[in-house]
Amino acid sequence: MASDLPDPGELSQVDLTMPGTGWMDTPARIREGMYCHGARGKEIAALGMPNPRDWRVEDADWKLPPDWREIVLDGLSERLDRFRSLRIFMDTCVRCGACSDKCHFFIGSGDPKNMPVLRAELLRSVYRRNFTTAGKIMGRMAGARDLTETVLREWWYYFFQCTECRRCSLFCPYGIDTAEITIIARELLNLLGLNIDWIASPVAKCHHVGNHIGMEPQTMKESIEFLCDDIEEITGIRITPSFNRKGAEILFITSSGDYYAEPGIFTCMGYLMLFHQLGLDYTWSTYAAEGGNFGYFTSHETAKLLNAKLYAEAKRLGVRYIVGGECGHMWRVINQYMDTMNGPPDFLETPVSPVTGTRFDHAASTRAVHICEFTADLLIHDKLNLDPGRNDHLNITFHDACNIARGMGMLEEPRLIIRNACNNFYEMPEETIREHTFCCGSGAGLHADEDMELRMRGGFARANAVRYVKNRHGVNMLACICAIDRSALPVLMKYWVPEVEVAGVHELLASALIMDGEKERTMDIRGQDLPGGVKDEESSVKGEGN
Amino acid sequence: MGILSAFIAVIILILVPWAGVGGLGLAGLFGVIIPYGAIALFFCGIIIRVVRWSMAPNPFRIPTTGGQQAGLHGIRQSRFDNPFTTFQVMGRMAFEVLLFRSLFRNLSLRVKSSGQGVTYASAKWLWLFAIFFHYAMLITVFRHLRFFVNPVPWPVRMVENMDGWLQTGIPAIMISGLLLIAALIFLLIRRIVMPKLRYISLMNDFFPLFLLAAIAGTGALMRYVTGTDITSVKQLAMGLISFDPVVSDGIGSLFFIHIFLVSFLLAYFPFSKLMHAAGIFFSPTRDLANNSRAVRHENPWNYPVRFHTYEAYEKEFGKKMTEAGIPLDHPPETSAEKEQKSGQ
Repeated sequence: MASDLPDPGELSQVDLTMPGTGWMDTPARIREGMYCHGARGKEIAALGMPNPRDWRVEDADWKLPPDWREIVLDGLSERLDRFRSLRIFMDTCVRCGACSDKCHFFIGSGDPKNMPVLRAELLRSVYRRNFTTAGKIMGRMAGARDLTETVLREWWYYFFQCTECRRCSLFCPYGIDTAEITIIARELLNLLGLNIDWIASPVAKCHHVGNHIGMEPQTMKESIEFLCDDIEEITGIRITPSFNRKGAEILFITSSGDYYAEPGIFTCMGYLMLFHQLGLDYTWSTYAAEGGNFGYFTSHETAKLLNAKLYAEAKRLGVRYIVGGECGHMWRVINQYMDTMNGPPDFLETPVSPVTGTRFDHAASTRAVHICEFTADLLIHDKLNLDPGRNDHLNITFHDACNIARGMGMLEEPRLIIRNACNNFYEMPEETIREHTFCCGSGAGLHADEDMELRMRGGFARANAVRYVKNRHGVNMLACICAIDRSALPVLMKYWVPEVEVAGVHELLASALIMDGEKERTMDIRGQDLPGGVKDEESSVKGEGN
Repeated sequence: MGILSAFIAVIILILVPWAGVGGLGLAGLFGVIIPYGAIALFFCGIIIRVVRWSMAPNPFRIPTTGGQQAGLHGIRQSRFDNPFTTFQVMGRMAFEVLLFRSLFRNLSLRVKSSGQGVTYASAKWLWLFAIFFHYAMLITVFRHLRFFVNPVPWPVRMVENMDGWLQTGIPAIMISGLLLIAALIFLLIRRIVMPKLRYISLMNDFFPLFLLAAIAGTGALMRYVTGTDITSVKQLAMGLISFDPVVSDGIGSLFFIHIFLVSFLLAYFPFSKLMHAAGIFFSPTRDLANNSRAVRHENPWNYPVRFHTYEAYEKEFGKKMTEAGIPLDHPPETSAEKEQKSGQ
């Protein structure tokens, strides 16, 4: 964590008063701790994107091409013809202000340009100046302004302070979606080579090696086998998953965070245990080893480029369908883009659960099922033997991932799993969950180290709701179904709500899962002793003298 | 700044017909030519805008889902907040257009008095006054049909009677008119008093409020205070729609101010944020079904990309994969096979 991060007491004192100068007359003050490093030249070049060079955000010269203004305006013009969303969102805003206090970055920072309406106006003002009659004639009176380098820097600063969570779009009476505006604005910035390193680097690695962290095939296999060792220690059962196996029924793809770092790996152990218990005929892939898609935080084209591997690999391996792990934006891409971008997947079949026989007709075209849908279906058909008592030491609350909630609507499936696997489940206030859910503050490629203040401010609204259930119900475990959440929320909790841990839903399920032939469980999935377990009693007897 | 220029602009718009008709006697210009021009601009402008919108495709299916998805049996779908079928989309749009469903969700942020932490409270005032404004506007416009049709059709008379049920004076007070003005005042005060709103407001946000208030105000003045020569006004109105307009002398300048402001509003409409009225029907986060996993959505400009193929990947990592026991498409030849080959 950055050493100069203010303490929580200071950071929570948010000043929501508006500045004295109008927003057009207040240039962005690019402040340390609130932004990520610029993308490096070699990573911009890795995908053949424009203007590859090393540059520093702090420098006065961002090394833009001489005709950068034309590039941006031509790019904007092209996108106005390609995206009805952009045209409508540029034209229909009435500045009613319904979105103004809905953004977690505004709530946590008080910066007026983090109000979704103003974030959009940053782009809209340039659109008006160059593409509307009123803006061309009346200029500033009509809310129009020229595209200058100051404006460009402002774009960069604020479009990398949006996590594309879509909370504002839920409340907008015209459905104006800032995520869409941010996605397109980032596309324009990428035309000038103005990505951030935390996005460009995973994209380059994912493109070339197959996952965001650049883990090579043999290492990925080792990591997962290492998790199998832990599972053996906990359950006494040896699991031997297959990799790149042709002819498997199911290709399982999850975000690389799940086999890379805590606490994601515990969720991954959950998948492995569940699939083993079901005797599922599935395979991992080291080539399509990444469910997440940081390309989506770069441009539609890059999203498509990285996503294309999923279907290509499913075709090569000859599987029947894809099951995807717990991840947020991965599922927005699968649910709303994959088939359109890289389909139709004629070589796959409509997913059918081999355990329950349920045909997932709502995935009949894309042919990919979310693991929570898959598991919830098992529970609806009572196919799993669970002992929720093993989770009794946990008081659990559930954080809806933004993309899953507002780009898909999978709200009940994970809750159904939690209610079956745990006895103590408490919801956060309803204004902060389900479709109203708050972002972790680190989504859309912003969970770097150097922007820690931004992340803590952005996650404040989420943490504030967790603190509420912690104080009221003694919540000590924050469950989630998103890999970025699992990476970002532990840091957020440590900062704002210490003593609350973070787990994926399938970790909780695996704790409760009674597997055939397992030994008596004395440890949870994290290898920690289960309270009240046999071993505990024994050791307390043995250790009486201590 | 924005509010002042908007206010001045509307004052000028009031003075122009007052001087034009009262001073220069240009009743034909303000009673006939300008209204015709405005109506032409209104329709042409809207058509051009809407055609432009429709020409841009929806490359992706991006509804904002506001409730439980359709999927598993045993989990209840939120049909109108997360529509799966076209019928459900129509339901969602009806709720949105007729009842302002999204605005109804509004919450307001409150910072706790301790300064530590925030809470959220229901905030339906904007929704309520938006409903008042739009429905009052609708009824008022509908009531004006009495000027264009003879005899006045029964639905218009019925609405008029219902609208005037207060019966507190002669002429009867129209509730829609009162609500319209009340809502405009609320929306204006909100923009001025709430700091966030004031900060984001442009001149173009104040201007329509002043313009509409001036239209409603001049209308109310004619109805309740000065009175107007209804027969001549109706003659002009019916003449306008039958393309045979007659401007009688009996019409006062207040009427010309009223009709000029309406003309300006019509002409301004297609070029302004007032187009939200049509825009809502085209909003891709609202008017598309969340069924892109069940029914393939086509992107008309989809183009192929050159992704990193498995062949290239295996070429680079094949050796490491073999060592790790991961199967390959093209396993490297063993040394025995190589020898055999070279021996042949």
